[in-house]
Amino acid sequence: MAKIDVSIETDEKPAPPPKHPNTCPVCHSHYRDDELEQALSVCAHCGHHFTMRARARIDSIADPGSFVEEAADLHSEDPLSFFDLRPYVERIAEAEMSTGLADAMVIGQAAVDGRGCELAVMDFSFMGGSMGSVVGEKFSRACDSAGERGVPLITVTGSGGARMQEGILALMQLPKTVCAVEDLHDAGQALICVMAHPTTGGVLASFATLGDVLLAEPGALMSFAGPRVVQGITREKLPEDFGRAEQNLRFGHVDAIVPRPELRGTLSRLLRLFDAPE
Amino acid sequence: MPPSEHELRLRERLGRLRNMPLLGGAKLSGELDRLQRQLDRIAQQPSDEDIWRSVELARHEDRPYTLDYVERILDDWFELHGDRGRADDGAMVSGIGKLDGRTVALVGQQKGRDIQERARRQFGMPNPEGYRKAIRVMELAQLHGFPVLSLVDTPGAYPGVAAEQHGQGGAIAASQQAMARLTVPTVACVIGEGGSGGAIAIALADTVLMMENAIYSVISPEGCAMILWRDAGEAKKAAAAFKPDAAHCLELGVIDGIVPEPEGGAHEDPDAAARMLGEALRDALDDLVDVPGDELRRRRRAKFRSLGVYA
Repeated sequence: MAKIDVSIETDEKPAPPPKHPNTCPVCHSHYRDDELEQALSVCAHCGHHFTMRARARIDSIADPGSFVEEAADLHSEDPLSFFDLRPYVERIAEAEMSTGLADAMVIGQAAVDGRGCELAVMDFSFMGGSMGSVVGEKFSRACDSAGERGVPLITVTGSGGARMQEGILALMQLPKTVCAVEDLHDAGQALICVMAHPTTGGVLASFATLGDVLLAEPGALMSFAGPRVVQGITREKLPEDFGRAEQNLRFGHVDAIVPRPELRGTLSRLLRLFDAPE
Repeated sequence: MPPSEHELRLRERLGRLRNMPLLGGAKLSGELDRLQRQLDRIAQQPSDEDIWRSVELARHEDRPYTLDYVERILDDWFELHGDRGRADDGAMVSGIGKLDGRTVALVGQQKGRDIQERARRQFGMPNPEGYRKAIRVMELAQLHGFPVLSLVDTPGAYPGVAAEQHGQGGAIAASQQAMARLTVPTVACVIGEGGSGGAIAIALADTVLMMENAIYSVISPEGCAMILWRDAGEAKKAAAAFKPDAAHCLELGVIDGIVPEPEGGAHEDPDAAARMLGEALRDALDDLVDVPGDELRRRRRAKFRSLGVYA
């Protein structure tokens, strides 16, 4: 993208060089790909949780070989012929190329320690995990699949919010997913939400906060409005842990903060607890 | 040349629109000319200028707000205050009143007229307490079988430190959830700004209407311009790109009908605007009151679950 440098006129400091994705933003420890993968993308020195891709997340939760993907072929359309600095279709094509995914959510049937469940896992690398029509539809189908098979739905979220390029239809994915959760509840099944960094905007304001149990990853940002928006509009001084999982726990908005290495075990326990008596 | 897919979709929408009792009904016959012009305008795709005009009219400082309509449409209005937990949010009003002798509950965002009121009502941007107040009143309506009317007019939910600490995202989700559970008839109308999550929180209704010059959008034009163009000054371009006007929302199937406004906009004649809104709400409710509650809820969920475009 062409960028005009106006730093001389504006006194703006030049942007720092981009950090390597394998460098911990907190303690600056650097890892090889295989080291990070081995450690579930958690910094061995300070415990920082790196962003985890959807497929890696599924591998870390589901029993080996148990995952059967559903609705993998759903693709975004461009209902508004949206064009900002670049056409939306170009942004989608680029995201597909760089992530190998069709959109920002992967759904399917799985088992955790032998117990059946449905998974709906978001991928922040696909256009910031933004929720458009495909994410809304996939989540809704995951609710139906769980309801029909009589198993709980586990969703892992990581999203900047609604996908602006789909305009009002992106906003409509909020009520759509809320209705799907209610249909899942009417089918007698539980929704377990795991909020990874970041879970903000429209995803937080819809299905992510409607789980029967709400879990969060350490340090995850979980705010409806982002810190910059809040600062910009209210000029309030933000608390250090503004919108973070820890603050949300303190104020009663999540049930537990679960470090990534303990997530599979925690989900296994919850599936056992929600399982109907034999 | 065969009609494009877009034209076909538009014609289908127009067909639906013409069949709507709201627009074809005798009660609105005096407005038929205006409606015809409105339909012509929808058929013609609104221009970028038309869209921006809607943005300006939707935010016009003299535009009627929720309580201006309440006092003109409902009889015997009794305002209900507070969320029964922590606060009474001035940005969200709620209460019960009579519409044609039938008791209804009403919720809606409220903007302020003068500086003091604007501050007190936080420019119509509710805190979580506002949404919890709306939920409480919707539950009251459910208990007593009152239909729920919802008037949407907000730039968005309030983005503040306390709002986040009190669970803004969760409150917006819970309010939608409450509406998805109701078995009483629900009608929502976007009367001014339908700003993002703050708006949809109270708009998961059986029938969703928009006033002719209202806007309904996923993000404000300025916010979108800031993120995608990196310049809030490009708001006009952003609005043209995401099309928040009523005609486009109707075409996309997001709303069920458009409520006409007096020539020049609702602020030119609030009494006439209120009359037209009142008729539209009555017509919409008349279509819903005889439907069994379970069926209403099933249809409502099916409608919202059908929204989206994918391949």
